[in-house]
Amino acid sequence: MAEGENEVRWDGLCSRDSTTRETALENIKQTILRKTEYLRSVKETPLRPSDGLSNAVSLDGLNKLLAHLLMLSKRCPFKDVREKSEFILKSVQELGIRIPRPLGHGPSRFIPEKEILQVGGEDAQMHTLFADSFAALGRLDNITLVMVFHPQYLESFLKTQHYLLQMDGPLPLHYRHYIGIMAAARHQCSYLVNLHVNDFLHVGGDPKWLNGLENAPQKLQNLGELNKVLAHRPWLITKEHIEGLLKAEEHSWSLAELVHAVVLLTHYHSLASFTFGCGISPEIHCDGGHTFRPPSVSNYCICDITNGNHSVDEMQVNPAGNVSVSDAFFEVEALMEKMRQLQECRDEEEASQEEMASRFEIEKRESMFVFSSDDEEVTPARDVSRHFEDTSYGYKDFSRHGMHVPTFRVQDYCWEDHGYSLVNRLYPDVGQLIDEKFHIAYNLTYNTMAMHKDVDTSMLRRAIWNYIHCMFGIRYDDYDYGEINQLLDRSFKVYIKTVVCTPEKVTKRMYDSFWRQFKHSEKVHVNLLLIEARMQAELLYALRAITRYMT
Amino acid sequence: MEKMSRVTTALGGSALTGRTMHCHLDAPANAISVCRDAAQVVVAGRSIFKIYAIEDEQFVEKLNLRVGRKPSLNLSCADVVWHQMDENLLATAATNGVVVTWNLGRPSRNKQDQLFTEHKRTVNKVCFHPTEAHVLLSGSQDGFMKCFDLRRKDSVSTFSGQSESVRDVQFSIRDYFTFASTFENGNVQLWDIRRPDRCERMFTAHNGPVFCCDWHPEDRGWLATGGRDKMVKVWDMTTHRAKEVHCVQTIASVARVKWRPECRHHLATCSMMVDHNIYVWDVRRPFVPAAMFEEHRDVTTGIAWRHPHDPSFLLSGSKDSTLCQHLFRDASQPVERANPEGLCYGLFGDLAFAAKESLVATESGRKPYAGDRRHPIFFKRKLDPAEPFVGLASSALSVFEIEPGSGSMSWFVDTAERYALAGRPLAELCDHNAKVARELGRNQVAQTWTMLRIIYCSPGLASATSLNHSVGKGSSCGLPLMNSFNLKDMAPGLGSETRLDRSKGDTRSDTVLLDSSATLITNEDNEETEGSDVPADYLLGDVEGEEDELYLLDPEHAHPEDPEYMLPQEAFPLRHEIVDTPPGPDHLQDKADSPHVSGSEADAASLAPVDSSFSLLSVSHALHDTRLPPDFFSALVCDMLRFYAEQGDVQMAVSVLIVLGERVRKDIDEQTQEHWYTSYIDLLQRFCLWNVSNQVVKLSTSRAISCLNQASTTLHVNCSHCKRPMSSRGWVCDRCHRCASMCAVCHHVVKGLFVWCQGCSHGGHLQHIMKWLEGSSHCPAGCGHLCEYS
Repeated sequence: MAEGENEVRWDGLCSRDSTTRETALENIKQTILRKTEYLRSVKETPLRPSDGLSNAVSLDGLNKLLAHLLMLSKRCPFKDVREKSEFILKSVQELGIRIPRPLGHGPSRFIPEKEILQVGGEDAQMHTLFADSFAALGRLDNITLVMVFHPQYLESFLKTQHYLLQMDGPLPLHYRHYIGIMAAARHQCSYLVNLHVNDFLHVGGDPKWLNGLENAPQKLQNLGELNKVLAHRPWLITKEHIEGLLKAEEHSWSLAELVHAVVLLTHYHSLASFTFGCGISPEIHCDGGHTFRPPSVSNYCICDITNGNHSVDEMQVNPAGNVSVSDAFFEVEALMEKMRQLQECRDEEEASQEEMASRFEIEKRESMFVFSSDDEEVTPARDVSRHFEDTSYGYKDFSRHGMHVPTFRVQDYCWEDHGYSLVNRLYPDVGQLIDEKFHIAYNLTYNTMAMHKDVDTSMLRRAIWNYIHCMFGIRYDDYDYGEINQLLDRSFKVYIKTVVCTPEKVTKRMYDSFWRQFKHSEKVHVNLLLIEARMQAELLYALRAITRYMT
Repeated sequence: MEKMSRVTTALGGSALTGRTMHCHLDAPANAISVCRDAAQVVVAGRSIFKIYAIEDEQFVEKLNLRVGRKPSLNLSCADVVWHQMDENLLATAATNGVVVTWNLGRPSRNKQDQLFTEHKRTVNKVCFHPTEAHVLLSGSQDGFMKCFDLRRKDSVSTFSGQSESVRDVQFSIRDYFTFASTFENGNVQLWDIRRPDRCERMFTAHNGPVFCCDWHPEDRGWLATGGRDKMVKVWDMTTHRAKEVHCVQTIASVARVKWRPECRHHLATCSMMVDHNIYVWDVRRPFVPAAMFEEHRDVTTGIAWRHPHDPSFLLSGSKDSTLCQHLFRDASQPVERANPEGLCYGLFGDLAFAAKESLVATESGRKPYAGDRRHPIFFKRKLDPAEPFVGLASSALSVFEIEPGSGSMSWFVDTAERYALAGRPLAELCDHNAKVARELGRNQVAQTWTMLRIIYCSPGLASATSLNHSVGKGSSCGLPLMNSFNLKDMAPGLGSETRLDRSKGDTRSDTVLLDSSATLITNEDNEETEGSDVPADYLLGDVEGEEDELYLLDPEHAHPEDPEYMLPQEAFPLRHEIVDTPPGPDHLQDKADSPHVSGSEADAASLAPVDSSFSLLSVSHALHDTRLPPDFFSALVCDMLRFYAEQGDVQMAVSVLIVLGERVRKDIDEQTQEHWYTSYIDLLQRFCLWNVSNQVVKLSTSRAISCLNQASTTLHVNCSHCKRPMSSRGWVCDRCHRCASMCAVCHHVVKGLFVWCQGCSHGGHLQHIMKWLEGSSHCPAGCGHLCEYS
């Protein structure tokens, strides 16, 4: 079996031209059938010991292909590819080879599959988005499928991510993916790590680097410290960190490279938050996304049981576990009432200056103790820990020891005035893209709240945004932090805090227990706010340090 | 910085005096404002709010307005403004959204007067009405502008921008009711203060936030705006639509802009980030700032002209916690440092040269270009009498035209296209290139190639002998060789001269020839010859005997040391004869070419070119005899390359460099090589020889050159339907979702080479179109056009 003819080329499928896709599919089909035939013939002949290994290898190769096909049959935006892939799988099955089937319930473990848009059911605008994403990456990942609840944001998100990873930029392509892996690994986000390991190898990265940061070039190793601080305690970044990276003789970073790296790091830190916050399932073609086992009698799969997630139907009936629907309904009403009150009485009872200041401090301090009591978990991480050396360094550390977070005044250094200018100067166009993304995320609203329509949610959105910045010690002079306490209840705060600071600890219970009456799309919306606010907070600290270094 | 220059300006009765000075503040400043009397300045920031008196030598702190034990956010100022009518009245905008007014006339320590807490977000700007005592305007992050009457407790009217945060508000100086506001989304709005319901006019001024605006103090309709997009724009608001009249591109986002008093076209700017300097621009010269103040070490946050009628004093506050007074006289003027000359080639080889008039005047007095067959044309710019920098503005532009045909470079193009640089054995390459050169009539170059081949290709006996033969009998026809050290266009003249010599057939002339040949060799190869101490008479005697001996001379023996060599001066009279006989027209130039020849003066010099042939001959011959390793010649070859490069024939230098590759590369320093490569590539591109230039880039071993191929490999295309740039892929438009470039033959999307007829703009895959055109000359799209492709 010559290796060359069995190489399967998937890139033809990304074409918008249906005939090109057809030819590519035909080739794939031929290859797969040939491999299948070969395996079958081997199986029939008595097994020789020497064949054992090569058989296992080729079976493994075939299984990979089949898994990819399975992914295509479910997730390709082009109908013809979906159908044909399924057809090929069927014909392989008829030949007596076991075919994989997807595990889990769609793109997210938290959101029932039927709530999420089915591939093929999208409108024209979404289809373009999907096709773009598919053409750029050769896949339609679960993140995209969840984010498509908010197509306007998704477009900006994909554009930014595409630019960061594939367009002109100071860093070589494999560095970019490697930095993505580093960042995602800080939060033990195996989903993102898996995706980017594949991409990293695809753009010609050295597989040795994947054995750990110490196998990567010194230059990337130097970035490890910044990655760590940025992910967990961005307020500790000083210009000395920056100087250390920029003045390391032959391993120095240039300013432009550093800004690119910082943007990538923050992007992937917050994307890891999203992945955990929305419970994104592993990709179908990646490990843990599919199984070759036949469906078991019960409706559960192993991972569901271990995660404490039970059947979908149960969740539908009683989303809050033990709180009745009327209670949940009451929550929304109460929240609306509070918003109304705040809107009206703001002008009447004016808090004193001291009180305003202390409210911020209180909120900041309290945010440290907001933590869920259930610390069970430990996500099954595919040996991602090798990518970071110091697991003990986390947000948890300092919060338990009550470390003081210095206050960062947004009026003195804000994204719009300062951060944007700096990024755009050193990494042209990206400032604009990120700025747009922040804007869309911050201003996104459908004027709905659960079952209510025509609600001005700006107050709520601002409270969420400022609460996250507050956790990072970023203060808005013109905000009354008392509002946060009024609008965000404890379970919501627990969720926010966990998603932003220790995303790997998010559980389905947390996701379910806040805002019980709200729609899933609204919860995803909250997640978008969380990740963008987090990204901005990290960027602000990093960019301020760079500015200080430059002056 | 601390210049002691003092400026006094008389302004009506009062006089302003001062010098460039600065004082340290306790904290970073956010804004400054000047009192009407130009003697006091207020500085406000997050934790500073003080009034300083401006004295002749220094700033003196007059008053600290931050009183009270607990710092309140009401005192954290984003902006401050001093009333221009009432010197006791100040207003500040606080970061928490409060607008505070201050009355300096209050007897108590706390001067705080009124507190307006109507804005929900940070107030970015406050502005007093220029003539009305009680009217204050504020603009806030919450998107509202409020007008306050200081006699009342709350706002008189609220203006909603209906868009994002307000960044600046400014009352018009001339129109009583008008004010302008700028927004974070790039809009500028014009309001009538009596009509809070809607704005009078709105337009998008910048891409991204507009941070500041300023009305022209004299010109009613002019508004300057500065934005995050690094631009300062001047708008004429008198017309129906706001018209952009000037645009200045700065290097960083513009935080403040202030028109300079008494100077119609000047404005001062400072930036928000990265750049710490204050610039004063003449809006008509948007590329170089008229003046630059470089005192600050961190970003400048506030600027103010000290007096509304005095253009020479500028005050500034900065994040580096200093307050500065700048004197316009002490400003650095970037124009002075700019290179005032410009030089540019035209399409057809014309040369334009612009320089300061004073420079050109002295130059043209000497008529440096007069001897050329070129015609300088002079242009002179008409001067605007109002122009402030007359001295700098007057420049002269000269254009030199090339006489048609005189600069024909067809040989260059031919050579570039026909040379073989790689892909064959060295010997073949050399032969091929020699042939090319010979066919183009460049015999000297051809001979060089032949010699390179002899030097570097392992001593193939047959060829070497054949050369020897040709040389042996070629003593009378040394013409091709002789050129090797001469400008190519001199060849014919010299050739005849040689023939003249030879035809005389005089033995004595031979002696002389040899003699001077030795001179030349000595000069060319000093390193090699030094140390050999063969007496000069040996050389002379030996050669005088028989002519053929000449060719057997070993170079090592042939070159005595310099001083010794100078001995045989007896030959002088003879030489005189010869020099006199051939009236060589090129002697003068020859002399210039061989500056080493000084001892024997003009005579030797005049002969040097003639004899260079012999020197080379003997060298190549020596190779044959003694089997010297090619390394032995590398110094010589390098010299030869340098010689060609000096002569301007960088083509030869680079070609040889590429062909010989490793053999000579190490002997020439990287920088020189790079220089040659870039010059040659530049030339090739001027002649549109893209393929050759690409080949050269590819073959070059210098890193800096070979990476040229990697740069700017992106080609941007616009959609043929909606004319927008296609960002993600080159063949499908994101906006109109159409495939832009379809092949007219196969009706598929073209993703690679797309060729199209410029007449009907139909086209497609290169191969398809080529194939189509074999059969038909009509357009494959069926439009009936007779397509033409070049």
